[in-house]
Amino acid sequence: MPGFLVRIILAIQDFYLLAGAALRNVFRGPHYSDDIILQMDSIGVGSLLIVVLVGFFTGATMTMQLARALAQWGQQGQVGTAVAITLVRELGPALTALLVAGRNSSGIASELGSMKVTEQIDAMRALGTDPIQKLVTPRLIATCVTLPLLTIIADFVGLFGGYLIAANLVDVPGSVYWSTAWRSLVWMDVAQGLLKPFVFAFVVSLIGCYYGLRATGGTQGVGRATTQAVVMASVLIFVLTVFLTRIFTSHLVSSS
Amino acid sequence: MPTDGVKSVVRFEHVSVSFGGTSALKDLSFEVPEGEARIILGAASSGKTVLLKTAIGLVRPDSGSVYLLGKDITRMAEREMFEVRSQVGMLFQESALFDSLTIEENVAYPLLNHKAIRCPAEDVERRVKEALHFVELDQTLARFPSELSGGMRRRAAIARAVVTGPPLLLYDSPTAGLDPITAHTIMALVIKERDLSNTTTLIVTHRYQDGLLMANFRYNPDNGQLVPARENGHRPQLRTKFIVMREGRLVFEGTELELEAVNDPYISKFRKQGGG
Repeated sequence: MPGFLVRIILAIQDFYLLAGAALRNVFRGPHYSDDIILQMDSIGVGSLLIVVLVGFFTGATMTMQLARALAQWGQQGQVGTAVAITLVRELGPALTALLVAGRNSSGIASELGSMKVTEQIDAMRALGTDPIQKLVTPRLIATCVTLPLLTIIADFVGLFGGYLIAANLVDVPGSVYWSTAWRSLVWMDVAQGLLKPFVFAFVVSLIGCYYGLRATGGTQGVGRATTQAVVMASVLIFVLTVFLTRIFTSHLVSSS
Repeated sequence: MPTDGVKSVVRFEHVSVSFGGTSALKDLSFEVPEGEARIILGAASSGKTVLLKTAIGLVRPDSGSVYLLGKDITRMAEREMFEVRSQVGMLFQESALFDSLTIEENVAYPLLNHKAIRCPAEDVERRVKEALHFVELDQTLARFPSELSGGMRRRAAIARAVVTGPPLLLYDSPTAGLDPITAHTIMALVIKERDLSNTTTLIVTHRYQDGLLMANFRYNPDNGQLVPARENGHRPQLRTKFIVMREGRLVFEGTELELEAVNDPYISKFRKQGGG
């Protein structure tokens, strides 16, 4: 279907143009530092509680499941290793990004979408402001700063949740849990654990802005933009996880 | 080219605009000389709003040329356009006040954000208060747009449009969705701004009576009322012309008398609306 393909290609082109403009604006003025701080508060501090809760219970659940699986080979003591590697490499970044996508991609899309359909975006341009500079770039910067920090917090809380389960329900001494967890991590794990949220931050913020800014058709259009933003951001996070993991694992294989 | 030595403030030359294959403006040409007013009438989706947005460069034409305040803005970069836009005030259809800002911050927005205006910080508050006084909304500085009624929001948006003292004002359906009394108040403000600041005005409307008010009344600064403008034997209607749009085309341009003489059923429909 040529028409369908043309629309997809045009959408990808529009997204790249938006991403390019937003990135370019990072390096040129005017900078709206108030908006950046406001967005950091909304995205970072606002997501903190949910990230802590989900991180904690994910770590706890993983410890229970992995301890049972490892017990088959009498390797229960290694549960700290399994939890640390899975959390820091994969689940921490992916889950945190998914939570922030659900919370903020949708929030950004609905806020910008409402502004678009009530002509506030046009008014902004008419009153001397570049909407990408004023709305998109602060959200991009704020997400790029806060998502890696949230991921670090989620990793630690997850490990702590795992520790509580290991020490109290699985009978792995706390010191063994922490020392196996600590020793299992190499710098490359930390690097990919921090690079992934940085890449996801682009997806979470720019997808939200993209769907918000192209919303049309009143409140119904805003609702549609919000849904599309969450779905697209979530799917892209999973797809990118595969690619990024592949890059890092191939690096590990070639360097070992 | 400008005629009779009078500077044209807005000029369209064979402008066509389309969105995703649907044509919104078709081969549109007209000009508005300095100090004149144009009332743009037309059915829904006849291209009236697109016309205003094209005039200020928010929408780019597919073909043709748009001149705003003597500058060709057809292919001007967005950043360069900010300077030209700083001399234009625009009232959007749904007011388009920023929800997250107070009325004071909304009205101060163009003063603080238009680089070309460079309003000193100590002057901002005074000018905002003056603009809000002009629209008789002195008590709303700290309130948010959602706390105001539709008519008050429209007035606050007019204050935001006139605060920079622009020589050209564009009004997109200033009276749409308002009761007749509030609509009259809004039109009185439009006429007051035209007469006190001698601005060039483009008004999109679907109400013929708005155009009649523009053409036949003037603002009397002594009592703050609108009075018939024919006392001296001449009417300002020569400076107020009507444009009728139909499906993106300009189907009529002329004075009130010329419009009343037209027999075309589409055009006379607007006249009947005004009488009724």
